[in-house]
Amino acid sequence: MRRPILAGAACLAFAAYASAARAAEPVPLAAQGCVGCHGVRGTGSGAIPGIAGRPSTEITATMNAFRANERPGTIMGRIARGYTEADIAAIAAYYATSR
Amino acid sequence: MSHAIPLNPTRRTALRMAGFAAASLVAPLATPGIARAQTTARLVVIGGGFGGATAARYARINHPTLDVTLIEPRTRFITCPYGNLVLAGMRMPDQITHGYDGLRAHGVKIVHDMAAGIDPVAKTVRLAGGQTVAYDRLIVSPGIAIKWGALEGYDEAASQLVPHAWIPGDGSQLALLRRQLEAMPDGGTVGFALPANPFRCPPGPYERISMVASYLKKNKPKSKILALDAKEAFSKQGLFLDGWKALYGDMIEWVPSNKDGKVVRVDAAEMTFVTEFGTRHKVDVANVVPPQSAARIAFEFGLTDQSGWVPVNPATFEAKSVPGIYVVGDANNGTPMPKSGYIASNTSKHAVACAVASLRNEAPPEGVYFNTCYSHVGDEYGISVVGVYRATDKGIVEVPNSGGVSPRGDLPEQRRLEALYADAWYSSITKDMFS
Repeated sequence: MRRPILAGAACLAFAAYASAARAAEPVPLAAQGCVGCHGVRGTGSGAIPGIAGRPSTEITATMNAFRANERPGTIMGRIARGYTEADIAAIAAYYATSR
Repeated sequence: MSHAIPLNPTRRTALRMAGFAAASLVAPLATPGIARAQTTARLVVIGGGFGGATAARYARINHPTLDVTLIEPRTRFITCPYGNLVLAGMRMPDQITHGYDGLRAHGVKIVHDMAAGIDPVAKTVRLAGGQTVAYDRLIVSPGIAIKWGALEGYDEAASQLVPHAWIPGDGSQLALLRRQLEAMPDGGTVGFALPANPFRCPPGPYERISMVASYLKKNKPKSKILALDAKEAFSKQGLFLDGWKALYGDMIEWVPSNKDGKVVRVDAAEMTFVTEFGTRHKVDVANVVPPQSAARIAFEFGLTDQSGWVPVNPATFEAKSVPGIYVVGDANNGTPMPKSGYIASNTSKHAVACAVASLRNEAPPEGVYFNTCYSHVGDEYGISVVGVYRATDKGIVEVPNSGGVSPRGDLPEQRRLEALYADAWYSSITKDMFS
């Protein structure tokens, strides 16, 4: 098991996730959806960029920009609009610490 | 391998009373001590495809104390996704074939046998080979069966002349269809008979038409495709029709049901489709995507309803007929989610979380179910559909204002990128199942 040290914003986001009655899963269920495309533990796959190790603030800002249709993309806008702020916080916190 | 030892009923009951049930209710999934072999919670997974392989892998990665056994008769899994690229000659069969060594390395016990029966009271799975496997929680991801004979004239013998190539099995159906395409003279007609909803992989038949068109355009450009459909509409329809026109001109004729497209009889010996209003279409190569149901063992286990699919609790994927058994993948009635590999894989992770929560006597976690299906329309031409779903008291619903298909229009860069991303998706999701 990976026991990453959380820091700063990631800690706050992780606390939000942990309080969401999902404590049974070591990886947030929302984050478990990303790896179908973004590679093992989010480390990237071919032309699809990695998200592992990106700062949680960057992941959150990127997802929010996709959600608001303010960032060009092929598919991520359609995806991001399906997730809540709490989901995105959990996703960002997890991938910020994933390697 | 305590699970592999058939226990007599008395011994089994005693063990359950002494250890298994108690162990199921405490927070840790393993209890140290002399009775460890009997008190580690056991998750058994039936079926080694997108749902089952993912479930087994995630169960071990996320819950390392869980004892996980995967029951799958085949030693190699050939994916449905990218089978259409094999037809087009863009992939070799070994590039869509996967083994179970990666799961073994995670500590999954692999049993290559067919599940022949479930005893939900004793919590055991009976194998065709005679062994019995005990479980505390069971995940079943059996896939689909073809409803032989539901389309008149289309039985197993007919499928040796007119392949379906819709259940990969040992790969022979896909290989047969590929050989027939290679043997067809230029100027021939490839005919498709396509089913009513629901069926595995809603955009799959239309990606297949696209990939066959791609092959024909390069190798047999005078040939035609006749697609006879039991529906009036299909997945990503506008995008496919745009792409077909742009890439293949008038090579492809798609005939919906309201234009006499519904095939009601297949004469395999004559390579002929007969439609609802009696039109006979003789073709040179024929492919039937046949009517489908949940796999046979879902019926034998008593999990299906009259629809032929397995009704499940939308929040947990527990079978409505048998609590404690989670049914994921194409076999369940997960509407409005599509019967896709991505949904099977993604929801199996949720089912694992629910099974573990149940073992700990906790409430099931709140889920979000996610699907992306890419389709290749041609070289460097990909399209996609996305869906994000949640369980509600009204069942599974798609999150409003999310998801949907790629934008229409003359967008070559979008198409080029989506084709690249499709390849990256295939690599990623198969690693997520098998690495």
